[in-house]
Formats: sequence, structure tokens, C-alpha cells
Amino acid sequence: MSFKRKTLAASIVLALAAPLSAHAADSAELAQIREQIKQMKESYEARIQSLEKRLQQAESTAGNALDKAGKAEEKAVQAAAAPAATPSASAGAFNPEVSLILSGSYANLSQDPASYRIGGFLPNGGEIGLGRRGFGLGESELAIAANIDPYLRGTFTLAVTPENTVAVEEAFVQSLGLDNGLTFKGGRFLSGVGYLNEQHAHTWDFVDAPLAYQAFFGGQFKDEGVQMKWLAPTETFVELGGEVGRGRNFPASDRAKNGFGSATLFAHLGGDVGASHSWRAGLSLLRTSPRDRAYSITDNLGTTVSNGFSGDSRLEIADFVWKWAPNGNPVYTNFKLQGEYFRRHEDGNLTYAVNTANITDRYASSQSGGYLQGVYQFMPRWRVGLRRDQLDGGSVDYASNNAALGQAAFNPSKNSLMFDYSPSEFSRFRLQFAQDKSRPEATDNQMFLQYQVSLGAHGAHKY
Amino acid sequence: MNLAKPMKWLSGGLLALLSVPAFAALNILACEPEWGALAQELGGDKVSVYNATNALQDPHRVEAKPSLMARARGADMLACTGAELEVGWLPILLRQTGNPKIQPGQPGYFEAAHYVRMLEIPARLDRAEGDVHPGGNPHIQTDPRNIALVADALAKRLAEIDAANADYYRQRHIQFAARWKTAIANWEKLAAPLKGTPIVVQHKGFPYLENWLGLKQVAALEPKPGVEPSSAYLSGLLGQLQRQPAKMVIRAAYNDARASEWLTERAKIPAVALPFTVGGSERAKDLFGLFDDTVQRLLAALK
Repeated sequence: MSFKRKTLAASIVLALAAPLSAHAADSAELAQIREQIKQMKESYEARIQSLEKRLQQAESTAGNALDKAGKAEEKAVQAAAAPAATPSASAGAFNPEVSLILSGSYANLSQDPASYRIGGFLPNGGEIGLGRRGFGLGESELAIAANIDPYLRGTFTLAVTPENTVAVEEAFVQSLGLDNGLTFKGGRFLSGVGYLNEQHAHTWDFVDAPLAYQAFFGGQFKDEGVQMKWLAPTETFVELGGEVGRGRNFPASDRAKNGFGSATLFAHLGGDVGASHSWRAGLSLLRTSPRDRAYSITDNLGTTVSNGFSGDSRLEIADFVWKWAPNGNPVYTNFKLQGEYFRRHEDGNLTYAVNTANITDRYASSQSGGYLQGVYQFMPRWRVGLRRDQLDGGSVDYASNNAALGQAAFNPSKNSLMFDYSPSEFSRFRLQFAQDKSRPEATDNQMFLQYQVSLGAHGAHKY
Repeated sequence: MNLAKPMKWLSGGLLALLSVPAFAALNILACEPEWGALAQELGGDKVSVYNATNALQDPHRVEAKPSLMARARGADMLACTGAELEVGWLPILLRQTGNPKIQPGQPGYFEAAHYVRMLEIPARLDRAEGDVHPGGNPHIQTDPRNIALVADALAKRLAEIDAANADYYRQRHIQFAARWKTAIANWEKLAAPLKGTPIVVQHKGFPYLENWLGLKQVAALEPKPGVEPSSAYLSGLLGQLQRQPAKMVIRAAYNDARASEWLTERAKIPAVALPFTVGGSERAKDLFGLFDDTVQRLLAALK
């Protein structure tokens, strides 16, 4: 309300400013006009105050009857809007931007999703695999964001899973124009490593995350901590960033200690080639030192055991994305090629069967993998995409635990083909076929039908 | 954790790629070419203008590309339409470039739509109405009288940001305003025969042009802004045009030609591709050329 009052007063002053300057010579007239403005301002302020009071009364009496309150608000808005000379774009007052993502899918999987695992890679307790067979609700995501004051912006994203659990996906504050190209972020947020990591699931081009993301991050790397980014003052896009965090997720393990449990560094480089091409490439590094990072697995004797890893984990990522659109206008046709390569080294001690045998010995692994995908919009609203996932089991050494845990080398892979149709900027329907060779013993032939829609505030998407 | 080594390696590798931009007086990032052209008219050699989009791009549908991030980082000022036209990408540029000068509320944040009377302000805000903008239709640049209003505000803003050259901007503005006034009178004289001409638009992007020249929009190829027409809608449209014929179908340079050509074939009316902004045609090299060409193309279609 106070915002409206300000714009109102400002617009009156503006409206009268022109004649003011024209007749500036006549000071008596000026004084008179000033007095008039003052009177008008006072009368408008009084009217708005009484409206505010009436609105408050209406709201308090309305109590739980939502429709009543709604009507009162509507009335107040109409009444307040009437005397305003120019309606303001942000007259929605100080309510934050609210948006909601709804999604759901139908999955037809030739293998039981309960048996899903990525062969040769340690289970990570993340959101891996494909959920359920048949019809299923996807994650519903509620995002609320607003500028807090001239210096900070807050973002809150809540994910409601189909199992009716609620999780804080992201909750962070971010600096607004800190100066010198610096941006600060603090809270729980998706790390800036890699390319896809920072992007929410509803902006992905495929139903599921690439295998590499599932194997190395358990989905996406999301931590609680602080991030600092610096954008170089150059015509070429050069961005350097780093984060330190709690290390609450795989590949870290939540350690109740002071200091930090994860640290990242990343550098991005990007630009345009002519009007039609744009690109970004990056290198990232994630270091963590998990302690007793626990996981359950069926050992070579057929017993389900719980193991723990303590040591150092180092992950390097190289990523690139290249986008093409004729004259840079992606509305009709466009093409996007993106790829990422992950390499991880882990070194430390692994305790086999923590609750029973409890044998601790050295563990060292060196594994890698990545994906390459192309998505082509061949006509407005219609796209087709192809993705190839390939992981390299590399070398895994369990030392004396090799007999119980060692496995034959295996390189998981997956091919995915998707078609999607977007009736508008706010809705998308997708059909995806995939041949998933994540399990050493069987190939999973998959078919998905998916919808994704967004309601509310028109979000701005990252490149 | 020893991160010093990779950091050294990264920064060393990147230093080689750095190129420091030329030190021009005032760096202006224009969201659309018309405001870039206007800033250039008013700022002369005291400003260095970079256009975030070109005439063949839909300014609502570009992305926060790395090149734009880099330009926003070094900008002293933004010159944009506002009214949510750039809502899909500008917020990213503002939030992620660490540049306090161009934040909303600062003198370096300039929204042209603030200075003109907006048309087509929706009475009902509902996405079921298609791609509507709460602040009104954002394509304000198709009326040269709007350009004059924005020029007044932009000249003041330039003088405010770069006070040392305030007189320079004032002088250039006076000259531009005079030339522009004469040009408008000339265009209006030339375009007089267009008054009352019934037209079809491909996308509802021309209310300001229609308002200026007195064109009468009788139909749109899109049933709602940004919504693809169904075949039933199109056949209904053809029927309507038989009863109430139109003289031409107009579209912006960045719109696909197919829809207009389809109508040209069926309804036997000429399709006109208007430059829509600076750079949208061979002749639309600057703001004067933009309207020279717009008026000429409309007149040619009338014959």
C-alpha cells in the first residue's frame, strides 16, 4: 500500500511538473499549485489510509472464509487503482514471486526398478534409478523468491515427493550487485560445479539425470555452505567461483565438526561465434573427505552388509555446451549440444561389514564417465534429443576385502531418445525411450511419458 | 585440502584468454536495437553501445548467454523496454554479474515503457489468455511519438549518469528532437492514405503502430498472443475476411514468414514484413530508416 501511495504522489508530481516548469516565472501561481498538490496528496493519502483500514477490517473479519477475504481484497484493489494515474507493473506489492512446478509420468520398465544399481560404482544413497513402474507423480516443486532489501535476494524451493515427504530443495540468500563482478550466495543450494548441476530437474532435456550425475553425485550435488563467484571485466565471459560447505551429501559425508566438509572450485568460459552460435565451457573440482560414509551392498557371499568409507574423494569435471539458432532466434529451430566428463579418485580406508566382520583395509578407486547429448528443435514447439551415457568402472582396489567385495570390471552405459512438445513456454510433454545397461546382468528397456508444467511467476532460466 | 595448485593452474590458463574491453566513456547495454540506436543518437561518441538482441530475434525469447553476462558486467547503463519483455533473461544478468550500477532503482537501469502510455493492459491476468504482459503490450517502439518520449527521458538519464557530459547530451537531444519532429510530420503526411486501412497481424505486436497511423486491425493469425492457431480458427478467419476484407497481413522481421504467406495465398492479400526495429531490413539502418521503411512498405502494400 505504501508503495502505491508513493507512485501515486510521484505521478501527481510528474503530471504537474511539465506545466510547472512552463510557468516558472510566475511564483505566486507556483505557490498556489504547490498548495494544490499538497492538498491533493493529503486527500489521497487520507483516502488510501481509510482504504487500508477497511481492508484490514475486512481481512480480520473474514477469518477463515477465504472467498470473503478475496472479495474484500478485490474491492480494495479496484478502489485503490481508480485514482492512480499510472498503474505500476509491480503493483502486486511486496508479495514474493511464487511458482509451482507440477510433473508426472508413466513409466514402462522391462526390469524391476527395485533391483536398479549402477554396476561397479558404490551405492550413494541418492536419488538414483527410475522411481516406479506405471503411473506416478513426479516431484512437485514450490519456489518462492523475492528481493529482501537492496542488497540481498532470497530463494526458497520446496520439493514434495510422490511419497508425501517434503524436502527443502534449496534455501539461500544471494547478493544483489555486490560490485566488481562478485556474487555471494549462502544457504543450501545446488553447487555451481559442472553444467547441469545448477539446473533444476524441470529444465532438464531428458526425464532422468545423466548416469554420471547419478553415479558421482547421487543426482545433483547440493550442499549447505557459501559460494563466491567472480565475473571478469572482459568481453569474453570468464567466471571463477568457489564454495565451501558442510558436505552433507555424497560424495562427502556429514561430519559433525567445525570447519568445512566440502570445497569446490570452478571456472567457466563462454561467448558467441557470430549471431547464431553461443557456447560455454567449464572445469570444476570438488574435494571432500568423508568419514564413515556408509552404504549397504550385497557382498560376494550373498550377504547384505553395511560398509563405511573414510578418506579423500576428489572429483574433476569438464563440461561444455554449444547452442545454435539461426540468427540467434531459437523460436523456430535451434540445436543444443552438451557434454560433461567426470573423473573421480577416492583413497582411504574401507570397513567391510561394520556390524559383523568389521574388517578395515585400504580402498582406492579411480573411475570416470560422462555423457554427450544433442537436442534439436526441428519446428516450433517440437524437439527431439539423443543422449549417450558412458561410465568407466576403472580400477577399484579393496585390498584384503577384495574377496568379499571385488567385482569384475563393468562399464555401465545408456542410450536415450526423447521427443517433446511444448504447447507454450509453461508446459511440456515428453516421450522418452531408453536402453539402460546400468546393471551388469540385464538390459532395461524403458519408455516414459512425462508432463511438466509451471504455474505462477515467469521464471528466468540460466543459460 | 590443498586447492592452491589447481587454482593456480586454472587462473594461469584463463589469463591468456582475457581481453580487456576498450575504455569508452559510457558503456550502454541495450536490450533491444531500437534503444541501442536511440542511445547512440543521443550519446554520440561519448557512449559505447552493445545491443543484446538483434532485429531477427524475439527479445522475449533469448537466453542469458555468456556473452550477455560479460557485457552486463561492464555496463554503466541498461536501456531496455521493460514491461516484462525481457523477463526470461534480464533478471539473470542483473543478479549474476555483480554490477551495482544496473540494478533496478539505480540511474543505470532504464526502462523505456515507463515513459509512454501503455496499450492493451490486460483487464484479466490469466495465462489462459496466452502470452500477455501485465504492464501492457511491450512493443512500444512502433510509434515514433513513443520514441520521442523515450528520447526525452533517456537524454535526462544520460546527463544524470555522465554529468560531465550533460551539456553534450542536452545539445544532441535538442537536435535529435527537432529532426525527429520534422520526420514524424513527414511520415504522417506520407502515411495519410493508410488511415482506416483494415489489416491482419500475425502476432499482436503492432497496437502502437495501428494507433499512430490509424490502421484497423480486423484479425490476428494467433488467436491469443503466442498461441498457435488451430485449423478451425484459421478457416473461421478466412470466412471473416471474406465478409470483412483486409488490405494486408503484417508481421515483424523476426516472425516466421509461413503463416502470413499461407494467408496471402488463401485471402489474396499481400504479406508485409515490417522491420519492427533497427536492423530489421536493409533500409532500417537507424531509427529514421526504420520508419522510412515501415511507412514505405505499408504504402507499397496498399497499392
